[in-house]
Amino acid sequence: MSAEIAITLTVNGERVARRVEARRHLVDFLRLDLGLMGSHTGCEHGFCGACTVRVNGAIVRGCLVLAASLDGAQVETIEGVSDSGEIRDLQDAFIARNAAQCGYCTPGMLLTAADLLKHNPAPTRAQIREHLSGNYCRCTGYHAIVDAVAAVAAKRNGRATP
Amino acid sequence: MKAPPLSYVRAATLSEAFQLWRDAGPDARLLAGGQSLLATLAFRLSDPGTLVDIVRLHELRGISQVGGTTIRVGALATHAELGRHDLIRRHLPLIAEAVPLIAHAAVRNRGTIGGSLAFADPAAELPACCVALDAMIVARNAADERRIPAAQFFTGLYATALRPYELIAAVEFPIAKPGERTAVLELARRSGDYAMAGVAAKTRLAGATLIEPQLVFFGVGDRPVVAERAMATISGQQALPATIAAAQAALAADLDPPADRHGSGRTKRHFARVLLARALARLAGLDEARAA
Ligand SMILES: Cc1cc2nc3c(=O)[nH]c(=O)nc-3n(C[C@H](O)[C@H](O)[C@H](O)COP(=O)(O)OP(=O)(O)OC[C@H]3O[C@@H](n4cnc5c(N)ncnc54)[C@H](O)[C@@H]3O)c2cc1C
Ligand code: FES
Ligand code: FES
Repeated sequence: MSAEIAITLTVNGERVARRVEARRHLVDFLRLDLGLMGSHTGCEHGFCGACTVRVNGAIVRGCLVLAASLDGAQVETIEGVSDSGEIRDLQDAFIARNAAQCGYCTPGMLLTAADLLKHNPAPTRAQIREHLSGNYCRCTGYHAIVDAVAAVAAKRNGRATP
Repeated sequence: MKAPPLSYVRAATLSEAFQLWRDAGPDARLLAGGQSLLATLAFRLSDPGTLVDIVRLHELRGISQVGGTTIRVGALATHAELGRHDLIRRHLPLIAEAVPLIAHAAVRNRGTIGGSLAFADPAAELPACCVALDAMIVARNAADERRIPAAQFFTGLYATALRPYELIAAVEFPIAKPGERTAVLELARRSGDYAMAGVAAKTRLAGATLIEPQLVFFGVGDRPVVAERAMATISGQQALPATIAAAQAALAADLDPPADRHGSGRTKRHFARVLLARALARLAGLDEARAA
């Protein structure tokens, strides 16, 4: 039982080969095997969104993906998108509006917000709330988070900040 | 909590999947999107020993039109794929409309239609939609394929007509007929939660006359519930407020919702009556807000 599985995947552009326990989920793999502490777990059963990361370009619940299933996959975490500068404007807006309080939910919020703006560059506030509805903020800073995302959307579209 | 110790095997072909599944024994579980299975493992609600990962089986992929009348959806189609696929949006608007009601974007990116039907949560949207649309579940084992009408597929709480070592390969939907209208509505506490109650509805309209209406409720029983009496009451009738009221009255005999964490059976009956009125109003183009 519980034999280890060999996987080779790409994490933030770097090729990684490891042996993992079958039951290890992606966030534990990132944190415990790779030392990437930016992805968090809250509930570990799919409800809070703190574990949001990208697999093959799409956001997923890192707690509901087995590392063993990711042979050949491309994984991107908050560390990767921070280093690349891809979401610099979102990060700046979160800081400017105090949308990151304790910061526990923030990596998941940022990746989910970036996903929204990729698919819908000019979302309404209702659409922002809807897309972020699976990400819980224990500090309950939801208004500031929605404000920050709306401001970035406006700025990217060359409009005045709301 | 963490999942219990597991073994994991990945199948490269369908025949290999059946072999690996046999080798692992009857307690082993297929792993598709993992969005229900891995959550139940984290709760330690199940201890399957071995997971057989089927997610790379190209035999279970793809969304295509078969002949002039059928859309075939591979079991591994994710909720997100269903929501954006052109064939689904054009020919199965009920499914496209249901997708945003299922969980959240990150869950929809991995959860599959096959997993949703096999898991058979009574509050899930897709099982009720499949019943309302007269879909066929294409089931396969190592030797054979058979087709099970969706209305017979759900046999109880989290229970289906699948036999041991049989999986869902695909779902076949009849293409919406001209003049057909569909709607799916639900009441949920928070966006993305499973519904407290919901309805998948379909009808054809000849003028204002309702032809072959289908009303399938979810979240109000141990499986999708076909509201036969309410359907009989409105079939062939004009979609008028009086008809809607008669359907609401008839619904009392169709449903016997068990109490759950969302409320008593009485509360759920009320939800279902409200949803029925809104759904019929929407199908008939009446004012939804006034119908309930
Ligand atoms: C936070 C959250 C909210 C959710 N909200 C909703 C919601 O509102 N509505 C809703 O409908 N769902 C909801 N879900 C569940 C989601 O839709 C799942 O994707 C779905 O129920 C299961 O699909 P899966 O592919 O992830 O299956 P898995 O989790 O991989 O498998 C589920 C079960 O089905 C079996 N199985 C999988 N594929 C097959 C197959 N092809 N043949 C036979 N058996 C198979 C597995 O062995 C397992 O027993 C939610 C999930 C989460 C985490
Ligand atoms: S830790 Fe994954 S959703 Fe909460
Ligand atoms: S900032 Fe503390 S959980 Fe959101």
